Amino acid sequence: MGDPALSRRGFLAASAAAGLGMTALSGCGGDSDGGSSGTTTIEWWNISTTQPTKDVWAGLAKKFEAQNPGVKIKIVQLENDAYKSKMTALTASGKLPDIFHTWGGGVLKQQVDAGLVEDLTGRTEEWAGGLLPVAKEPYLLDEKVYGIPFDIGMIGFWYNKALFKQADIATPPTTWTGFLDAVRKLKTAGITPIALAGKEKWPGMYYWAYLAMRTAGADAVQKASDDKDFTGAAFVEAGRHLDELVALEPFQKGFLGAAYSSPTGQAAAVGNGKAAMELMGQWAPVVQADAGKGLGDDLGFFPFPEVEDGKGAITEVFGGGGGHALRRGAPQAAVDFLKFFASEATDLELVKKTGVIPVVPAAENSVTDPNIKAVQTQLKAATGFQLYLDQAYAPAVGQEVNDSVAALIAGSKSSEQVTESITKTAKEEQ
Amino acid sequence: MTSTFLPGRRTGPDAAEPPPTAPTSPGRGRRRVLNWLTAVGFQVPALALFGVLVLLPILFAVYASFFRWGGFGMPSDYTGADNFTRLFEDPVFLGDLWRCLVLVVLSLALQLPFALAMAVLLNQKLRGRAVYRMLFFGPYVLSEAITGVLFSMIFAPDEGLADQILGSVGLEGLGGEWFADPSMVMATLFLVMTWKYFGFHMMLYLAGLQSIPAELTEAAIVDGASPWQRFRNVTLPLLAPTLRISVFLSVIGSIQLFDLVWVVTQGGPDHHSETMAVTMFQYGFKRYQVGYASAISVVMFGISLVFALSYQRFVLRRDLQGATTTMRGGGE
Repeated sequence: MGDPALSRRGFLAASAAAGLGMTALSGCGGDSDGGSSGTTTIEWWNISTTQPTKDVWAGLAKKFEAQNPGVKIKIVQLENDAYKSKMTALTASGKLPDIFHTWGGGVLKQQVDAGLVEDLTGRTEEWAGGLLPVAKEPYLLDEKVYGIPFDIGMIGFWYNKALFKQADIATPPTTWTGFLDAVRKLKTAGITPIALAGKEKWPGMYYWAYLAMRTAGADAVQKASDDKDFTGAAFVEAGRHLDELVALEPFQKGFLGAAYSSPTGQAAAVGNGKAAMELMGQWAPVVQADAGKGLGDDLGFFPFPEVEDGKGAITEVFGGGGGHALRRGAPQAAVDFLKFFASEATDLELVKKTGVIPVVPAAENSVTDPNIKAVQTQLKAATGFQLYLDQAYAPAVGQEVNDSVAALIAGSKSSEQVTESITKTAKEEQ
Repeated sequence: MTSTFLPGRRTGPDAAEPPPTAPTSPGRGRRRVLNWLTAVGFQVPALALFGVLVLLPILFAVYASFFRWGGFGMPSDYTGADNFTRLFEDPVFLGDLWRCLVLVVLSLALQLPFALAMAVLLNQKLRGRAVYRMLFFGPYVLSEAITGVLFSMIFAPDEGLADQILGSVGLEGLGGEWFADPSMVMATLFLVMTWKYFGFHMMLYLAGLQSIPAELTEAAIVDGASPWQRFRNVTLPLLAPTLRISVFLSVIGSIQLFDLVWVVTQGGPDHHSETMAVTMFQYGFKRYQVGYASAISVVMFGISLVFALSYQRFVLRRDLQGATTTMRGGGE
């Protein structure tokens, strides 16, 4: 039996190639609509697979059905990553669900360009006008509305007030120079200034993205992505500023191997008071308390500081949220549902029960947590907006940004090389 | 792949009987055809499965590697050998090849000799050797993912077990960033790989050692051979077939290393622990450049195949002689 067993082992070598091919083959597939007579059935695809959101949303669907006899809502829930790949397959097949979750940006644009998404500009004008402007931003393509938000968030610095006090930093810095000073003061006081998950790359990308927004301005970042050219002087300068920070060695020991939410990761380092701050989204307090002990009242929030002589303002935010879009030709009931979902009553329920940041101004007062309030204030006053780069850009470009910035932080790529790599990848993607 | 089904060769009382008719007579010919059909009939299900699950995906990956393709629909943007040219200009992929070579050399030079030493040791009469064997084999049973999580905690800077132990005996200086230091990550990774896989090779060697007849060693002792001479001239040559298989498995394993690296470092910091399989995953499932990822998988497959075939042809040939049977030999 020696020989056949060995031959099989030889062919085991093929498993890598085979595995990739198999997955690729399995990507093909479609979905059929289940129609019924008399009533309109709307399919609602979302990613709310966790509690309590799952039940709250199901309850809202029931409520809508009760208010609108003759309309049935069929909820399809998929986990985040599964949803993304399923939607890519559906986009390729040319058939989208009636109502579907979207993050806006590049992916939504792809679907719009394929002629698969309903233009909601006229049909939602009267009631969507009052929604928080920055929340609507990701779904606004060529001045047309393609989605309605239900959540919005942003990235900023989450800091430990007690450690800042210990290092004699009276108020959170508002300029990049002030920020670097604060980092120096923390180091002098023997405190690790910043926690960073170097292994996962995306948390490092936030620094570069924000610095680029501050040096070039949010509009220029948008333009660079449209022109597929990131080699402008302001982008090189953004990398230089990040170099200045890295040169201070502000990160925790072994940050290049650290994960984000693991017990020895970035969130835990801040949550356990071992590092003074992290640059993270509005979900940071929850993860800090989950991976570590959490800071409670010692936790504070401040926006990413302004860069002196930069074209961007401190009021321009980097973030994203969640929204819903409709397939082209979706029934009127689907538009009604969006209206229902963006109503004050629904938003109040979402804010109270699922912890999202309100998109309906009237629901604002229901926020009680001071940090979430700080984020909300910042969002409300936003003068510019940039969607998370991995959602705004094609996957390959988003990954290249992460990868190049990680190389910059590790010291193997120069600021110029970062802009060149990103530009090269952006040009390759059509 | 040669046939395992040998309709022509029969054993038992029948086999001794002379064939009832001459080989060229019609009856004999019909039987051969019948044998053939039976053989084919038995092989069809296996071949069909093998074709659909192994051959077809390989061929598809080869096909896809000539396209710029995002992974959905059928590939349509033919780019010739572009993916391969790009691949061999990519410093990360060239680094992958280098790291693969380093791992192969380290495995052969350190891991396997260590496993052999342990096997020889545990082949002696030793109190509690069953316990040792189990302990050393234990890590192999753990899944790569669990091993990865376990060691990323052990080697966490400062808080991890490794640094704590070094610190408590006054060796803080040896504690380091382990997986986080670009110059140390491969060494740390190799340490974990050795911990995980040496037990498996040790088991192979133990099995090989047990099949060496005690008489040979006894004869050597009678002839006055020293322990080293006995090992060098009796044990090692007789263990050679096992060693050859173990080297083969170790090399193929190093070429395809993925899970452990993915869980512990994701190829980082800054690509310093990336392997071909990790690069392939990054491009295939993170960047959705499936055409390019297919090219990586094709190169990996090529390297494995060339190695496997030439290893079988030149190194394992002696071990395979006599084990191989063909239809032609049947009945004669």
